[in-house]
Amino acid sequence: MYSFRELTKAAKKETEGKEYRLAVLGNCATQFLAQTISGYAHLEGMNLKVHDADYNQIEAQLIDPGSETYGFDPDYILLYLAPDKLYEEFMELKADERSGFADSVMQRLSSFWDMISGRSKAEILQMGFSEIDDRAFGNFGNRVPVSFNYQLRKLNWLLEEAESKRAGIYPVDLLSIQISLGNERFYDPVLYYNAKVNIALDSWGYVARQVYEVTRALQGHVKKCVVLDLDNTLWGGVIGDDGLAGIEIGELGRGHVFTDLQLWLKQLKDRGILLAVCSKNNEDTAKEPFLKHEEMVLRLSDFAIFVANWEDKASNIRYIQQTLNIGMDSLVFIDDNPFERNLVRSMIPEICVPELPNDPAQYLSFLQGCNLFETASYSSEDADRTGMYQAEAKRRESEAAFASMDDYLISLDMEGYAAPFDELHYPRIAQLTQRSNQFNLRTVRYTEEDIARIASDDKYVTLYYMLKDKFGDHGLVSVVIMERTTDEEFFIDTWLMSCRVLKRGMEEFIINRLVEEAVYKGAKRIKAEYIPTPKNKMVEHIYDEMGFDCIGEGLYSLDIDKFNKLKTYIIEVRQNGQR
Amino acid sequence: MDRDEVMAKVTEIARDIFDDDELELDDETIAADVDGWDSLTHLSLMNEIENEFEIKFEMKEVQGLNNVGELVDVIMERIA
Repeated sequence: MYSFRELTKAAKKETEGKEYRLAVLGNCATQFLAQTISGYAHLEGMNLKVHDADYNQIEAQLIDPGSETYGFDPDYILLYLAPDKLYEEFMELKADERSGFADSVMQRLSSFWDMISGRSKAEILQMGFSEIDDRAFGNFGNRVPVSFNYQLRKLNWLLEEAESKRAGIYPVDLLSIQISLGNERFYDPVLYYNAKVNIALDSWGYVARQVYEVTRALQGHVKKCVVLDLDNTLWGGVIGDDGLAGIEIGELGRGHVFTDLQLWLKQLKDRGILLAVCSKNNEDTAKEPFLKHEEMVLRLSDFAIFVANWEDKASNIRYIQQTLNIGMDSLVFIDDNPFERNLVRSMIPEICVPELPNDPAQYLSFLQGCNLFETASYSSEDADRTGMYQAEAKRRESEAAFASMDDYLISLDMEGYAAPFDELHYPRIAQLTQRSNQFNLRTVRYTEEDIARIASDDKYVTLYYMLKDKFGDHGLVSVVIMERTTDEEFFIDTWLMSCRVLKRGMEEFIINRLVEEAVYKGAKRIKAEYIPTPKNKMVEHIYDEMGFDCIGEGLYSLDIDKFNKLKTYIIEVRQNGQR
Repeated sequence: MDRDEVMAKVTEIARDIFDDDELELDDETIAADVDGWDSLTHLSLMNEIENEFEIKFEMKEVQGLNNVGELVDVIMERIA
């Protein structure tokens, strides 16, 4: 971890790249928090400007639409109520008022959130609460509602419950830092009484990292796939040498270590992280434990792709990445062998390769400590992501059997569906705007709250698209947001699409439907824009291909009078009563 | 470690914190003599000294210091 000295020095530096803005508001002096976040971001290469509001100005700053905080035009507002300040408030209450403390603080937080939502587009980063256990009641305090620790724990729980019910609030789990560092390191009483700084200087880096990682996830940098070695990584021993009965999993030897690791990976898979195998083995040998070993937690169906051969791992990982069609920087490679790790790291610098400890007993706690799977969204569709990639592999196999691409596309029996944004799909739509990097024309990120606002604003025409075929349901694969700029003109603010459904007529289907919608709303012309990023080169010419006229660098226009419906084999399915 | 060595080490840390490779400290130096020595960098300096010498200052020591010489004296006592 960076030292306090490194962080505060780096806070003064400038960094290139897209600028993000974070405003920090607290019930205490937030100079240390602001400086260390700023320093951490610069050291990690993020151009983050941090604004530090004055001491204890939360209400005043949030209630006034003209305040410095809103004037700073932040992308994120971090709210921090320091537990030591809450403790002071708590001590001022009469004993019989103390049992309502958590509820009253929670109400205060909710009112802050309301103020921000009405006045700013900023995401709210809400710092959770570290604990102060004054032991005034000893262990018995756990059952005494007027003890501070009882109220603080209740407050953390109320906070999580409120966050789960409200879009646009992103937790920063301060308590997890206190737990992992321990009170001895987390607090520094001398510093506190000297300078009223409630967290030890050497611990601020961990707090800053937590905030930084939440902002990274909000910017769309998330891990999407874990590539796994097998021998001595997913089980103990070597399947080719030790055989089915000899590998350690379940009851045998160190088996529990690997069982727990597999359980954790299974949980990641169930929340939408893809699992892939990359093993130096004969394919049959490598698959045997998943098919025949009763104590194996993971099964072949849990993997989006299974690669076992004697090629070098860097080549295999490239193959996996291309097949899944996701960014290399969204892959994590887990292998017990330092040689393989180094090889992959040196051949593919973008990939994340955790430096596993030697003892497998420490794999799991180490990997969990890395916090690699930060996310800013979760939707029920995530659970089936693996199934979608498996269906894609089947499609590829069948593709080879057809003489022409048209024959193949016809054989897929594709059905498309388009509808304006509805509440049920807000989370998935917001998530796609945050996660899609490649097929994304302007890469504008939206939160659920933004999406809800856009959906109910007459100025916008919104469409989400679903696609299914005989191999399976792709689910919601594309999002379009058009903004009415004049009576007769729309501008395509957002067009993104999942790369899974590339080049099978979906692009054409989307444009046909979008034009139809624009005509219905009275448009004569549609303007569009391509904003290049390091990742979206694949759609550089998409508007040319779709029949738009290029009218400037990255700028396009389509006269609807001249538009000819584009060819596609996707049949549109409409719901009853729909236009 | 003798007193000169401690002074040299403190100077080295201070040069890094105050971003000044030519900074010279002596017994008489006070915070006001050094560019950038404010309340925040002071805490940072004390923290780095604690980590470097593996000591922990007491509150009275932190508050009672009048110049760099006294700081070095406290460090000398602690590492003795």
